[in-house]
Amino acid sequence: MQTEILIAGFGGQGVLFAGQVLAYAAMDAGHEVTWFPSYGPEMRGGTANCTVIIADEEIGSPLVAHPQVLMALNAPSLDKFEPQVQPEGLVVANASLLNRGVTRTDVKAIALKASHIAEALGDRRLANMVMLGAMMPRFPMLTMEQIKTALKGHLPARKHHLLEANYRALDAGAAAAQA
Amino acid sequence: MTRQLLKGNVAMAEAAIRAGVEAYFGYPITPQSELLEWMAKRMPEEGRAFLQAESEVAAINMVYGAACTGARVMTSTSGPGISLMAEGISYIAGTEVPAVIVDVMRGGPGLGNIAPSQGDYRQVIHGAGHGDFFPLVLAPASVQEAVDLIGEAFDLAEKYRTIVFVVADGSIGQMMEPVSLPEPRPPRRERPDWAVGGAEGRPARRLTSLYLKPEVEEEVNLRLVQRWQAMEANEIRYREYYLDDAEYVVLGFGTAGRVALSAVRAARAEGIKVGLFRPVSLRPFPTEAIRDLAARSKAFLVVEMNGGQMLDDVQAAAQGQVPVRFYGRMGGMVPFPDEVLAEIHALVSEPPTPAEAPRARWLAQMVS
Repeated sequence: MQTEILIAGFGGQGVLFAGQVLAYAAMDAGHEVTWFPSYGPEMRGGTANCTVIIADEEIGSPLVAHPQVLMALNAPSLDKFEPQVQPEGLVVANASLLNRGVTRTDVKAIALKASHIAEALGDRRLANMVMLGAMMPRFPMLTMEQIKTALKGHLPARKHHLLEANYRALDAGAAAAQA
Repeated sequence: MTRQLLKGNVAMAEAAIRAGVEAYFGYPITPQSELLEWMAKRMPEEGRAFLQAESEVAAINMVYGAACTGARVMTSTSGPGISLMAEGISYIAGTEVPAVIVDVMRGGPGLGNIAPSQGDYRQVIHGAGHGDFFPLVLAPASVQEAVDLIGEAFDLAEKYRTIVFVVADGSIGQMMEPVSLPEPRPPRRERPDWAVGGAEGRPARRLTSLYLKPEVEEEVNLRLVQRWQAMEANEIRYREYYLDDAEYVVLGFGTAGRVALSAVRAARAEGIKVGLFRPVSLRPFPTEAIRDLAARSKAFLVVEMNGGQMLDDVQAAAQGQVPVRFYGRMGGMVPFPDEVLAEIHALVSEPPTPAEAPRARWLAQMVS
């Protein structure tokens, strides 16, 4: 079994970090995992993306043409990657920064105002965790508890004061997705 | 053993530290800079030498000097840096001192770009520098394999008094994967019997690559060939996947090899009897294993992130026993498994003829 998640947004939205949290949780759960970043000039303010592949055998290609899951944190990412998602796949879109909905009818779409939710929680930068939380109810390979444990286990101790806010963002995302 | 999620560049650096590397000299270049950065942080913590040189030319000559003292020493760079280091690499080879060089390949030629590539294959298998010498070249396809090969590289370099290249590409340098790191080995205390470091109380030793008398140089050359023969006999490495009953064989190294693995699995799921042969030692090249495969398969497909550099070696190994096809992406493009799967389908539906020219066929397809 293999699942591929493509996370995309502006540089600074925590796209790469959201992928790392997923990758840590997958590793701790005993899966094989590959986290592959876009590492070009886009790191410095343009669009950023990363692919996370989770599997139970040696992982082949670090990139896939058609991921099962897309987390689009901004409009350019949805425009670029929505057509590539596997049929029957999942698109989680940050409606705060979109002027349109998900148009594909052959995928499951979750649109939530992640940036607004994050702002209401006190920090716009939590939008990445809101988005990750929104994906979790529809993500069979890992549980929300495993994500939280991974955050705690791998976030450096000097950042542990941020854990509670991140947990709240994850839960708020999951709640919004199920609403 | 506990696994850590590490970026390829960082994992290779830490693996070198745990293998007891005593000195690192380098100059930053994407996509390998995190390797140098990790060394900058960790080597002083271990009380060992880290130096960011003023250029790759300086860095490789520092490697040369440290290697002459018998220290475990390495550098890392990307293709443009290897080009600058070429002279020093040749001097190291001519002086018969061990060194480990990591090349995290990027798009080229020239300044190119920083995306993943395998365009340095021909450059590194000949060691980049001038003259007759034979570096060992190891090509990992995952972060764990990179860690394992770095660990071996120092032992191999010292065993054969040779240069060992570890060639990754930008994707292996930049990706994160879980790895089990080996237990740290302390730096060696004893020095090899050829190392220089002050001749007090013993006869002087001389390390040089300058042999003005051709008959003396020839002795050195023949010794290098002898060592190379020993490497060919002992150091062939490759991985095989689904080859037991395979009628078709895909061949690829490094990232191209693991992309091909996904395609091979997809083809297997459709019932196509296809397997993957992934060379890990690019030099010595697994010629005999490929020759044996050629004798028992219907067709080969070589997949690379270059214009068919390993293709020539595969064709030489196959000796015309099997028709060979080629699929490559260039310029920093990484093939998707779907592209390789389409080539596997074509291998079955339109089998190659013995007369087919693999590079010409591929090129016609790419530029049409």
